[in-house]
Order: sequence, then C-alpha cells, then structure tokens
Amino acid sequence: MLLNALHLALREIRRNLLRSLLTVLGIVIGVAAVITLVTLGNGATVMVKQQISALGSNLVVMRPGQRLGPGHDEAGAPPFRREDADAIAAEIRGIAAVAPVVSATVTLVAGAANWSSSVTGSTNAYFPAGNWRLAQGRLFSDDEEQAGKAVCIIGETVRAKLFAGEPPLGSSLRVKSFGCEVIGVLAAKGQGAMGMDQDDTVILPLVTAQRRLTNSRAVGTVMISLRDGVSAATAITDITTLMRERRKLTEAQENNFSLMDTRQIAETLSGTIGTMTTLLGAVAAVSLLVGGIGIMNIMLVSVTERTREIGIRLAIGATGREVLTQFLTEAVVLSACGGLAGMALALLACLGLAGALSMPFLFNPGINGLAFGVSAVVGVIFGYMPARRAAALDPIDALRRE
Amino acid sequence: MTAAAPLIRLSALTRVYGRGDTAVAALRGIDLSLCQGDFLAIMGASGSGKSTLMNILGCLDTPSGGEYRFGAIAVETLNQTQRALLRRHRLGFVFQGFNLLARTSAQENVELPLLYRGLPAARRREAALAALDLVGLSDRAGHTPAELSGGQQQRVAIARAIVTDPAVLLADEPTGNLDTARSHAIMDLLTRLNRERGLTVIMVTHEEDMAAYAGRTLHLRDGLIDRDSGRDNARPLLTETAPCC
Ligand SMILES: Nc1ncnc2c1ncn2[C@@H]1O[C@H](COP(=O)(O)OP(=O)(O)OP(=O)(O)O)[C@@H](O)[C@H]1O
Ligand SMILES: [Mg+2]
Repeated sequence: MLLNALHLALREIRRNLLRSLLTVLGIVIGVAAVITLVTLGNGATVMVKQQISALGSNLVVMRPGQRLGPGHDEAGAPPFRREDADAIAAEIRGIAAVAPVVSATVTLVAGAANWSSSVTGSTNAYFPAGNWRLAQGRLFSDDEEQAGKAVCIIGETVRAKLFAGEPPLGSSLRVKSFGCEVIGVLAAKGQGAMGMDQDDTVILPLVTAQRRLTNSRAVGTVMISLRDGVSAATAITDITTLMRERRKLTEAQENNFSLMDTRQIAETLSGTIGTMTTLLGAVAAVSLLVGGIGIMNIMLVSVTERTREIGIRLAIGATGREVLTQFLTEAVVLSACGGLAGMALALLACLGLAGALSMPFLFNPGINGLAFGVSAVVGVIFGYMPARRAAALDPIDALRRE
Repeated sequence: MTAAAPLIRLSALTRVYGRGDTAVAALRGIDLSLCQGDFLAIMGASGSGKSTLMNILGCLDTPSGGEYRFGAIAVETLNQTQRALLRRHRLGFVFQGFNLLARTSAQENVELPLLYRGLPAARRREAALAALDLVGLSDRAGHTPAELSGGQQQRVAIARAIVTDPAVLLADEPTGNLDTARSHAIMDLLTRLNRERGLTVIMVTHEEDMAAYAGRTLHLRDGLIDRDSGRDNARPLLTETAPCC
C-alpha cells in the first residue's frame, strides 16, 4: 500500500516534471537562503571571538573616563602616568604584564616609500600583553626604554609596504619628524575584530613616543595581562581600589577611569554580531516564508487542477485514503528533494562565501534541520490539505470541478 | 422455484440538484430491479436524467431520496470508503466524457483499477494488454489520451471498465463517438461478456440499433421511467441465473 503510493507518487512527479520543479524551486531557495545567512552569521561571530582571543588571554584594558562605549566621557578625567602602570605591576597579585600605551596615527617614510600607520609607544610588556611574537630582530633594551632611544619594532604590513624585498633590520624609518632604527619585526596576526589590520603598526619605546610624538607624559591606556587562572573580576576590583587611591577619589566620587577585560569586550562585540545574525536570520526566515507561500500556491493550483484526477481515481475504485496517501507521498518527496537540494546549495554558497570573506565555515545542524523541517511541513500541509478536501467529495463532484 | 434476490433494486429513487428556486429534479422517483446477467439499455431525451441515474447506480453520486440496494447491501448506509470498495470490486464505469488520466498511456490508464486492487505489475500489464486487445487497441497501448481519437479514447475507457472483470458494467453512451462498424463491434463484445461471463450491463444509448442488443430497454422522460420493455424472452438469461424479476 505504501509502496504503491510511493510508486504512484514518483510516476506523477515524473509525469508533471515542470510543475514539480517549480514546487521544489520555492523550497530550494527558501532553505538555501536561511541556511546560508545563518551559517555565515555564525562564522562571523566565531571569527570575531577568535580574533579577540588572539588579542591576549585574560587581558584587562584600563582607560581614563567613566565607561567604554557610547557616551564615553574622557574629558576632565586625568590621564594615567607611567607610574600608575608600575604601581599596578608592583601591588596587584596575579599580574603577568602591565603595559602603558600611547598611540597616534602618523606618516612613516622609508626611502622613497611612505605609509600612514598607527604608532604605539609602550614598554616590552606590551608584547606579551598583546600576544605579539617577534618574527625577526629583538625587543627594546633597558637602555633604549629608559633613555627613549629612536628605535622601533614594526608590524608585518608596515614591513611589506615600506621594506618590500629589503632586509628591514638596521634600516632607518622616519616616524613623523624623526628617524629611528628598525630593530625587530612582529609575526603577522592578520585581520582584527571589525576588519582592521592589526599588523599595520609600529611600536616605539614609551618614552620615545611621549617625547617625540605626543609631547606629554600622559599615558592613554594601560593594558594589563593576568596570569592564567586569575579571575578578571578580582583583578579589576583590586586595580579599581588601587587606582581610586592613587587618583585620590573620595567615596562620593565616581570612578574617573574604566576597566574592561577582553572577555567583556568579546561579549560586547559578539553580542553585536549576534544581533546582526539574528536580523539576517529574520530576513532569511521571511524568504523561507515567501518560499513557503510559493509552495502553497503551486500546491493549491495543482490540486485544483488535479481535482479531476482525484475524481477519476475515486471513480475507478480508489479510496479517499489511498488518494490522499499518494498526494501526501508526492508532497513529502517533493519537499524532501527541495529541502535536500536547498541544503546542498547552501553548503556550496557557504563554502564559497566563507572562502571569499576568509571566514571560518561551520556546519550548523540546527539551522539545517529547522529550514528543512519548515519547508517539509509547509510542502506537506499545502500538498495535503487541498487534496483532503477533494478526496472527501463524491467522485462525480470531483469530476465536475473544472 | 423461488426467485433469487435481484442484484440491483431501486425504489422511489430521487435526485435533486441544487436548492431552493434553482433546484432541478433530475430523477423524480425511479423503481427498478435488475438481475445478475441482465443487459439493460436506457434511452431518453437529452436531459431526461440518464447520466444522473447511471452515476447513482455506479455509486459515484448520492441520491437525494429513495433506496438503492446492491445485492444485500443498502448503499445509502455505506460510508465513502465502503462505496469506493464496492466500485473497486463490483463495478466498472464508462463515462460519457471518458475521464482518462491525462499524460498517461492507454495501458497505464487501463492498469489503474488493477493497481488499486493490488495486482502485481506483471499481471496488471498482462490484463491491461488483453483488455486493450478486446477493444481492438493493442497497437495503441503506449499512446496518451491526447494522442488518441475520441473513439479510441472511448474504447480505452471501456477497456478500463472491463479489465477488472466487474459484476456490473455501467456504460454511459459507450458508442457515442464510434462509427457504425466500431459500434457494432463494441456491442458484440459487451454481448459476449454478458453471455460468457454473466456480466450485468447497463448502458445508455440514443441509438435504437444499439439498444436492440440489450435484453431490456428503459425509456426515461423528465426523471421518470416512461416505458420499460421488460425482459426480452427471446434472449434467455444464463441458465445458472434464476429469473428474479
Ligand atoms: N451537476 C448538476 N447541477 C445541476 N443540474 C444538473 C447537474 N447535472 C445534471 N443536471 C440537470 O439534471 C438533468 C438531467 O441531466 P443528465 O445529465 O442526467 O441528462 P442526460 O439524460 O444524461 O442527458 P444527455 O443525453 O444529454 O447526456 C438535466 O436537466 C441537467 O440540466
Ligand atoms: Mg448524459
């Protein structure tokens, strides 16, 4: 009986190939769109998380002003000094490295080539804190750090732009108005969160940057990397207490600095991307819905058109149930084929797009199942319901419907 | 010798189409008894209710009133599925408008009722080809209705109705689209099935010489039986079927 129905269904599908293909097409597009958008969104989230963890594990960033994000108010908040960083390193337990950081965007010149890049002044602690490794050369010497010598360590992008084909070590790089010697090149990290190029960077000793670039003893941010297993929350509490003391804040005064750990930053960022993924998913769901309505239309038209066929089958002795089983089988076969084709198309699209956008591709069984399920349910319901009405008629009434 | 129960008995059968002011009484009280092995021709003007009566006899339509007994079964009491099974196992129907499945070969059309009877493919094929051969269409088995003439489609419809070897063949103008020679060939076939297999034939026709093949002729007029020739004694029934009517 079921085999019979399958046999009949397959024969009908083959006999009405165009109609069947149109039905399937709606499902294919809906399913493929949902899966592709959601899978790419997930890939983006994962990529951002990976990049943030590449920033350094257990990193806390301290900035002047009340809080990060919208409404960030730096005005009026006194800047940090190098001594603040030293105090944190000396007094807080569980600290791996503390790096005071100043930064500026300036023009770099080497030979005939010039390039605009972000220049950071910091100490050697910056490299472990930021998860940087040297590809060649060396870090700053104590003497260079204390005296503010004109030396620099450059990122891979800067090396490629300014020293293509030449050995960079020992060469001279003009930073804004002064020349400095390249003593090291950082290993490439690739694109950072939000698509910026992390390797487009030059690092100077803090004193050098303060004297020659910012012309001030202020420190913009302090990067604090914690030892493995140290709780960021505890460290933040301890640092807050210390800094309130150092900044002589009374109990009534609010913090005029803020601390945020990378996990928090990661959560904020991936939260944003998650929202975007949800939005895209909603767009995709609408397209699945539209696809579903397409299926519904074709099924409705085809059942109306096929009411006569139903009448004939009933007249020659098919029971209503047998006719329905046949239609249901047809709907299931079509929806399943459409769903599978949609999943295959989505797989190709995701692989292609993930490659083109250099994002990780993550197969998401949940969304595949969901999209497939929705299309199957829509196909089955709208293939089945109108047929059910027709199969309940007297054969002669079904035959009379034109 | 006691009379056997009739195979088909209609009493005060009515069929009203529509409701209220637009209601059309197509059948207004039909009383009729038929025995197994009877060959009945139904005649009457266009619109006199012949097709309506055939549809009800074929369990394709539900009467508005009256009684329809098929053997011991009160047809009004059957549900949809039971009526489908009655059609499947006992009845063969030839429609006035053929009603073949489109884009489906003649052979597949003829096989269809056997499929619902659950016959395996090889036996379906064999029976379908034999039935097509009986109506003279063995060379057209692979053609779809669109590739067949009206007369050929009509013969496919006849083949589909007789392929299951039903108890009763209901044929609404089975020769309506055929030339005289073909018509007589089909009537010869129906007569043979009637004589050899005891097939009960009920046939609508407009032609006197087709009606002449039948043992009994019924004239309808405005939904009522106008004239009933009664059983023709010159055409004796099968010996094993006792006279019943
Ligand atoms: N579905 C319907 N709805 C309303 N009236 C109908 C319907 N079918 C038939 N009728 C009416 O019932 C009457 C009998 O119709 P029927 O089809 O039985 O005639 P017929 O004797 O078969 O005619 P013909 O020889 O032309 O086939 C006609 O007056 C017709 O208009
Ligand atoms: Mg008619």
